[in-house]
Amino acid sequence: MESINYQNFRIDAENICVDYNGKVALYDANLRLKPGQICGLVGMNGAGKTTFFNALTGFVNISKGKIRINGESVRAAQKDQTIAYVPQNEGIDSQFPISVWDVVMMGRYGSMNIFRCPRESDVQAVRDAIERVDLTDHLSTPIGNLSGGQRKRTFLARAIAQRASILLLDEPFSGVDIRTEKLISELFIQFKNEGKTILLSTHDMIHVREFCDLVLLINKTVVAYGETSEVFTPENITTTFGGISPDFLFGPES
Amino acid sequence: MELSSFLTLDSFIRDPLTHDFMRKALLMSSLVAAVCGFLSSYLTLKGWALMGDAVSHSVMPGVVVAYALGLPFSLGAFIFGVGSVALIGFIKQKSRVKEDTVIGLVFTGFFALGIVLVSKIKSNIDLHSILFGSPLGISLSDVKQTIFISLLVVILLSIFRKDLMLYCFDPRHAKTVGINVFFLHYLLLTCLSLAAVVGLQSVGIILVVAMLITPGATAYLLTDKFDNMTIISVLSAIISSLIGIYVSFWFDLETGGSIVLAQTFIFLFAFLFAPRYGIFKLKKLFAGYK
Repeated sequence: MESINYQNFRIDAENICVDYNGKVALYDANLRLKPGQICGLVGMNGAGKTTFFNALTGFVNISKGKIRINGESVRAAQKDQTIAYVPQNEGIDSQFPISVWDVVMMGRYGSMNIFRCPRESDVQAVRDAIERVDLTDHLSTPIGNLSGGQRKRTFLARAIAQRASILLLDEPFSGVDIRTEKLISELFIQFKNEGKTILLSTHDMIHVREFCDLVLLINKTVVAYGETSEVFTPENITTTFGGISPDFLFGPES
Repeated sequence: MELSSFLTLDSFIRDPLTHDFMRKALLMSSLVAAVCGFLSSYLTLKGWALMGDAVSHSVMPGVVVAYALGLPFSLGAFIFGVGSVALIGFIKQKSRVKEDTVIGLVFTGFFALGIVLVSKIKSNIDLHSILFGSPLGISLSDVKQTIFISLLVVILLSIFRKDLMLYCFDPRHAKTVGINVFFLHYLLLTCLSLAAVVGLQSVGIILVVAMLITPGATAYLLTDKFDNMTIISVLSAIISSLIGIYVSFWFDLETGGSIVLAQTFIFLFAFLFAPRYGIFKLKKLFAGYK
């Protein structure tokens, strides 16, 4: 084990810290994920989930630590279209005058020329991605006219069109209908089989048990990390949520 | 003005065109309106109306200093426009004062500096034309500057059209796929400063912000497609300019004010009657519940 082969890890974050003008949002956080792994990111509001995502995508700079994506820097990962970010529904302006097709096409921008002229391959990638999320009937629908679930699928299609090997999903199941939830869970299985790595934040404990191989509990730093069956214990969850009993979070069945 | 002179639409439109200054004013103002209208869709979607107001007021001392030093006034305006934004960012980051407060205090500070400078520097600066615009009295060197700046802005916006749209819509995604968000931010600010510079010739510093937000807001009510929004924005801006200048010619009104009022009326029209987002469309919906 003298030398770790970083290529084995899709995501390798080591002791990362992020602060906003002196306010610490995340410190000493570690995360290692391999191809085909699905990891749940669980924590309270303000525990640093979004900050963690922002650090991985390079949207904020880390003040300490190291991030390697497929063994490369975050900057190189950006250029290689390695990471796709699927925002929360609340995180986007749903009144923006843009169609489903145009949003999904944005997944291809990073690999187009400076004028962002779609090539035949880009058009094909977008068409395929939209078909996979079952929105072919809504190609030119403005996103403002979509339901919450359809909008979520649009952004998922953007990530698919991007052909990223790492997907970061912010609350993928919040505010979606049953049909979308089913479609997303089917896609997760496909992504896993394709060797993609998924990191998703969620408030819903049941989804963690259902989909995640690994779970990362955070509260400004890592509270616990490991296999879901081992780490996702009532004690750890209580610690993560600042002393709130898991009974309250799960309901009586757990 | 004789009443009979605009009894026919033909003479209403043609008579002013016999004057050289009117032809120039109509052309220049249309060009400026097109540029501001183009930019307007980005600013309204990005939520930069207050920023537009700030930048356009902050160029005032730049204009005065440039006039005093005999430099192109656009240069001075540009430096102070971008400078104000940098200062706003700096104060916001280093203090606990909220952003809208910082914007308000920085641009009023710059604007006040401009007014004080005008009163101190002995020159032939016409305060009235800076504040309220003078599209009818535009000089040849101003025409050249305006054309140059307008072309520059249109070229920049055209090249980075899609990237800027992505930047306004989802900057996080832009960053994630390796697009230079920092560059796009300053590109938009640069275009804003330049558009404010050319816009102030038409309608003056005080009203130029209207050129930068009203056409975009109007278009936003009329379409759900970004490209259409840009086209509608540009067209409504040009039409407003033409209406404003004609009306001010025939009724002897302040030109800048007339142009902006024309824009406001077009906005109100869209606000009331837009097919999907207009008030009366809404009323029909509510009636359905009764």
